[in-house]
Amino acid sequence: MDALTLATKPKSSDIAIDNVVLRYGKGDNAVLALDGISFHVVPNEFCVIVGPSGCGKSSLLYLVAGLEERTGGMISVGGKPVTEPGPDRGMVFQAYTLFPWLTVAQNVEYGPKRKGMSAAERRAIVEHFLHEVGLAKFANHYPSQLSGGMKQRVAIARALANDPQVLLMDEPFGALDSQTRHSMQKLLLRIWDHSKKTVLFVTHDIDEAILLADRVLVMSGRPGQIKKEIRVSLPRPRSMDLVMEPNFIAMKREILDLLKNDEDEEH
Amino acid sequence: MTLAPNATSPISHIVTTSVETNQPGRSAWKAVTTPFRAVSRPLSITLSVLVWGAVIGGWFALTYSGAVKEMFLPRPESVLSTTISMALDGSLWEHVLASVQVVLIGFVISSIVAVPLGLTMGTYRIVQAALDPLVNFIRYLPVTSFVPLFILWIGIGIEQRVAVIIFGIFFQQLVMIADSARSVQRDLVNAAYTLGTKRGDTVFHIVFPATLPNVLDVLRVTMGWAWTYLVVAELVAARSGLGYISLKAMRGFQVDVIFMAIAMIGILGLCTDQLFRGIRRLVAPWTN
Repeated sequence: MDALTLATKPKSSDIAIDNVVLRYGKGDNAVLALDGISFHVVPNEFCVIVGPSGCGKSSLLYLVAGLEERTGGMISVGGKPVTEPGPDRGMVFQAYTLFPWLTVAQNVEYGPKRKGMSAAERRAIVEHFLHEVGLAKFANHYPSQLSGGMKQRVAIARALANDPQVLLMDEPFGALDSQTRHSMQKLLLRIWDHSKKTVLFVTHDIDEAILLADRVLVMSGRPGQIKKEIRVSLPRPRSMDLVMEPNFIAMKREILDLLKNDEDEEH
Repeated sequence: MTLAPNATSPISHIVTTSVETNQPGRSAWKAVTTPFRAVSRPLSITLSVLVWGAVIGGWFALTYSGAVKEMFLPRPESVLSTTISMALDGSLWEHVLASVQVVLIGFVISSIVAVPLGLTMGTYRIVQAALDPLVNFIRYLPVTSFVPLFILWIGIGIEQRVAVIIFGIFFQQLVMIADSARSVQRDLVNAAYTLGTKRGDTVFHIVFPATLPNVLDVLRVTMGWAWTYLVVAELVAARSGLGYISLKAMRGFQVDVIFMAIAMIGILGLCTDQLFRGIRRLVAPWTN
């Protein structure tokens, strides 16, 4: 089996999060950022966490990636406990994190190169994923020559080119204008449909959450806890028109109320 | 009616503004007095030539009017003729070569150690904790105060001058390179981890390329300082070099030779500066 079929063949794992606690600082100054978070994301699922800013949803993602150390609890991906970052968990960040010194193609092949794949294998992978995100023509551009939306498309291609078991996305479209954001959401759904990766996606945009998710986890802040789990059974493929549908609006209202209660409790 | 802006015109942006306001004179003034606004290439060349012309013109005026005695300020043409005669008899090149050699050896030795050590220092807090207090102490010590000590330790050979240059620039390079390594965006490193970069490879694979444009700027700036310390070293103890002929010329009241030596250092500095800019364009094309 050649590299491309390996990379495009669905390979995804579950994410098990069990009673995870995250505390910053020590003694009286300690801040409890996450308090007893538990949930399970099944293989191929698109799971979205929505919550107010500062509720710890990004921290949770960094814990799954192994970029931060949890204070307590257990996280495992594909049955393997998370102890440090690794290429089995691809991540797309809110900030632009393309390597500015590498071209678009070199950015995408960075992961495969670390794995020791041959130049020919890498070329096939780069071609496939740049085509997938519609940037084949920009292979030799530097990131500084791209718009924000294009940068995030390359970041998605770069994460997928590494063939991770799960894809972690931390408000990847947060810095984009609404037009670009919509087209990115469409693109992501199409790519997810092809790759069938397990996705854990964090956002504060409720429309985005419902539009993308199989399941939405609503988080409350300080300390971060999962408040409610909402299953989104809207048919796929989904389009932007869904935002006007009654059951979409009903779900949106429910999430808004949950987040609003949270605000009221704080005051 | 004003004409449509001509994109190929060297003053195209000025024309553009005049279309908006219909007041060519005032808008050109407004354009050049707008903060951070680009200036056309012909205009910037004209300005730099004018400033140079003013400096050299002032020089002519001061010497020819007799306001300053020739013993203190030589006439421009006598500096030029001295330069030509020393270039022709070969003594100029001998001294230039001696100075360039010392600067290059000192600069290369210092940079070869400072770049990797600075990057490590900026990346690993433990290395920083160990070295920072010492480096920050040494870096404020005036290099000149060590010259007598170096002469005592290593004599007055080329090693002494090289040592002065290394001592002068190494600690500055170290601190500036560590600073730029420290300012590498954390999520860039995080992204690298999630793509399979090992912790031990972070400096080489991420920190080094991410800081490369900055590192080259640090090298360019410290190269200028190396020339300063060279002259300090050559003024005290040397048998050749541009600093040495300045000192010798002072004893013989040959002010034109001192001027020539200063001008040569300026020209060499300008050349190395351009060289570094060229290297930066070549090895860091993404910043162009």
